[in-house]
Amino acid sequence: MTETISEEKPAQIEALSLVPKAEAKQSMKDFKSDQEVRWCPGCGDYAVLAAVQGFMPELGLAKENIVFVSGIGCSSRFPYYMNTYGMHSIHGRAPAIATGLASSRRDLSVWVVTGDGDALSIGGNHLIHALRRNVNLKILLFNNRIYGLTKGQYSPTSEIGKITKSTPMGSLDAPFNPVSLALGAEASFVARTVDSDRKHLTSVLREAAAHPGTALVEIYQNCNIFNDGAFEVLKDKDKALEAVIRLEHGQPIRFGAPAPDGLGSKGVVRDPATGDLKVIDVTEEGADGVLVHDAHAASPTTAFALSRLADPETLHRTPIGVLRNVERPVYDTMMSDQLDSAIEQKGKGDLATLLAGNDTWTVVG
Amino acid sequence: MTSQVSSPAEKTDGALVGEQRTPGDGGGGKEVRRLDRVIIRFAGDSGDGMQLTGDRFTSETASFGNDLSTLPNFPAEIRAPAGTLPGVSSFQLHFADHDILTPGDAPNVLVAMNPAALKANIGDVPRGAEIIVNTDEFTKRPMAKVGYATSPLEDGSLEAYNVHPVPLTTLTIEALKEFGLSRKEAERSKNMFALGLLSWMYHRPTEGTEKFLRSKFAKKPDIAEANVTAFRAGWNFGETTEDFATSYEVAPATKAFPTGTYRNISGNLALSYGLVAASQQADLPLYLGSYPITPASDILHELSKHKNFGVRTFQAEDEIAGIGAALGAAFGGSLAVTTTSGPGVALKSETIGLAVSLELPLLIVDIQRGGPSTGLPTKTEQADLLQAMYGRNGEAPVPIVAPKTPADCFDAALDAARIALTYRTPVFLLSDGYLANGSEPWRIPDVDELPDLRVQFASGPNHQLADGTEVFWPYKRDEQTLARPWAVPGTPGLEHRIGGIEKQDGTGNISYDPANHDFMVRTRQAKVDGIEVPDVEVDDPSGQARTLVVGWGSTYGPITAAVRRVRGAGAHIAQAHLRHLNPFPRNLGEVLRRYDNVVVPEMNLGQLSTLLRAKYLVDARSHTQVSGMPFKAEQLAEVFKEAIND
Repeated sequence: MTETISEEKPAQIEALSLVPKAEAKQSMKDFKSDQEVRWCPGCGDYAVLAAVQGFMPELGLAKENIVFVSGIGCSSRFPYYMNTYGMHSIHGRAPAIATGLASSRRDLSVWVVTGDGDALSIGGNHLIHALRRNVNLKILLFNNRIYGLTKGQYSPTSEIGKITKSTPMGSLDAPFNPVSLALGAEASFVARTVDSDRKHLTSVLREAAAHPGTALVEIYQNCNIFNDGAFEVLKDKDKALEAVIRLEHGQPIRFGAPAPDGLGSKGVVRDPATGDLKVIDVTEEGADGVLVHDAHAASPTTAFALSRLADPETLHRTPIGVLRNVERPVYDTMMSDQLDSAIEQKGKGDLATLLAGNDTWTVVG
Repeated sequence: MTSQVSSPAEKTDGALVGEQRTPGDGGGGKEVRRLDRVIIRFAGDSGDGMQLTGDRFTSETASFGNDLSTLPNFPAEIRAPAGTLPGVSSFQLHFADHDILTPGDAPNVLVAMNPAALKANIGDVPRGAEIIVNTDEFTKRPMAKVGYATSPLEDGSLEAYNVHPVPLTTLTIEALKEFGLSRKEAERSKNMFALGLLSWMYHRPTEGTEKFLRSKFAKKPDIAEANVTAFRAGWNFGETTEDFATSYEVAPATKAFPTGTYRNISGNLALSYGLVAASQQADLPLYLGSYPITPASDILHELSKHKNFGVRTFQAEDEIAGIGAALGAAFGGSLAVTTTSGPGVALKSETIGLAVSLELPLLIVDIQRGGPSTGLPTKTEQADLLQAMYGRNGEAPVPIVAPKTPADCFDAALDAARIALTYRTPVFLLSDGYLANGSEPWRIPDVDELPDLRVQFASGPNHQLADGTEVFWPYKRDEQTLARPWAVPGTPGLEHRIGGIEKQDGTGNISYDPANHDFMVRTRQAKVDGIEVPDVEVDDPSGQARTLVVGWGSTYGPITAAVRRVRGAGAHIAQAHLRHLNPFPRNLGEVLRRYDNVVVPEMNLGQLSTLLRAKYLVDARSHTQVSGMPFKAEQLAEVFKEAIND
């Protein structure tokens, strides 16, 4: 993992090159606002907040040039707790608002905090369009597979048959897989992590921050009130062995109980018959054909196939890590370049000339 | 060709054709009559290029120096089925040697390119008017399509009119035969033939059109020359054919205009320029977040051309994202704008409410069209006033500014920007389809005359706590304007969080305190109520009027024209026109109470009159029309006369 990170260093400088640096060394407490945090005790949001506050000093950016924009939902209270600029906006619209901010102010590091209902239901349109445009935004999607703030209705990531207040006989909706959705929406950076794994969460944030363009980070987050233990299978040490596929760029995709070579006894291979991915037991079939994860692959096909390995019911074979991280022209950079070339071609705009136009006549008194 | 009027082909000195003649000079055996004003309507199929023809005639007329007013009228479909009534597109132009206010009630000349155009428009044409018809299209099938059992050109139904039957298509094809174009290609230039003919009839200068055609078809020189040839052929046809015995002169309206340099301008163009000017005068970058919608899209198109002014235009995925991006840019310190029409406003409502709560400057430009729902996309209406006024959840007051003429859209945009920037509030700019597409001469303002709109961003702490600590409070207000500080990201030490949840007065922290909410709701209202707007001026030259007519927005032209008629007939009537609908001018109540009768004409079902009655308890009499078309001056004059006599 550390090698992958060092590879990313030059990109990190590029992605944030226009954002002024902090004058002094920062610490976690510089990023804590004076507001009392009001999530339910035990909520997974606390862990994410702590991880973000703990990670920010590493970026070394002037904190007045950092902005957190959120929508509506439990996670969207996040900006109030960050001692940066922030906007707690309206339901689903944070990516749109952040797009206007980021595309007009390239000297800012703009973060969007959203949830599964906010980003994938009411705000689904803005999310997919932000991703395809590749605006310089870092989107943290807290996915707890439930509506928390409205007290427990099913969400667009809830499993089929979910019993909730609004679905006493079980929900009928097929869920979204946010990673698959983002890949389909032409995202240039897609990652998944878990609230309770601070080290992994921080490493994903690091890569996301360094990415020029839109980065979508899905964070599995426990709602201990309305959907407690939704991700337990990924957190329990024993169960996680089978359930979690940890992706690391340049490493073979292995998981499960360790094989004699020290890596997981299961591996992901390409099925020559269908072209799809499948899981094999490497102790029986050997490790030669196991895919090596390439987050920088130009085509999103394999990343998409990886995202489909997860069982939406049991969450077995859930890939965690950076699924895709490719460079693509960044919207706000191109927008700014167009202004520059317009000035190059036509000269800086002159209002009097514009108003006069080409076809005038004069009335003499 | 011995006449003193040189044909465009012969003319090389660039002088205006109309200036070369003396009135009454019957050169070439043709009579020239002098008129003080003319209303022409070009009508044809959507694909016949009537809007372009009208635009060109308008340009020729503007450069000649007439006062003018235009009314484009076209279907929402890009190409409705050819030859049908729904597919008829028209362009009406009123031009005069004196100042005029409307595109005119009824055309003196109708150019009908096909039977559908004749049928759709004949009802508006008064007896005795001239009708030029393209006889080539009056064959069995096109006539049957619109229900003409017999040819109106032959069955005597047009006897009351002065009809000029012209085989426009045949003549155009004949004129272009040396170009080797297909019949279909050659036919397309028939609108230029018609334009040439009308240009001859009214002594319009022609260089502009020829220049325009050559530049429009710069990449297809053949087509450019074909169009120029058709245009000249139309001119020559007028001059040589016996059927057109008379041509007309309408002298430049020299006395109508104050000294200055003028151009012709449409409402949407003037509004776009107003936004660019506001950005320059405020020294803030302009950011437009928008989603295409008729009849507002031209503002998006226009602003997209001016990136060298630092203008950023963002075509969003939907109306909500359009305003969302604009609001985000406003947070970042841009002069932010979203442009739309009524249906788009409905979608933006929640974000407008957020902007009210965030107290950030934001312009919401609503080019109103016929509603409800999709309604009449290409027709005009004023029925979004109450939506702008009240169309949000909670108490969410938003100032409203309305331009009154196409050129006035420029000043109204600057005024809306002034209010938004000074008071840190979203502002509605309510234009409409009639203003957007209509055009008139505009005295180009001197840039030095434009208002200074510069603002001061917050740069440091603005409050001292009890313990002496200096802090920044995002909701500590200016005592005069009640505006809160605009602290943009990137300003050290002013990091703060804002949102749509109710905020504590001063600190801006989340607050659910009942008394605080009551205070904040009333304070936001007081801020809007306290916006400085000029007193409404009353036009009552005799001082004896007992009846007042109050209007707002684009009805200014027809109302003023009707008021002139009423006064011309010896009656007394006062007129007031509102630029500011929220807040109303402070003197408005006193003005209304001064008169026995108050008449409020509107292109809705009485929205302004509802507001006036509620606020001032006056018996405002509503006169309404929702036909998708502007009022006609003659009809309004009748309404005013009745009110006076009541």
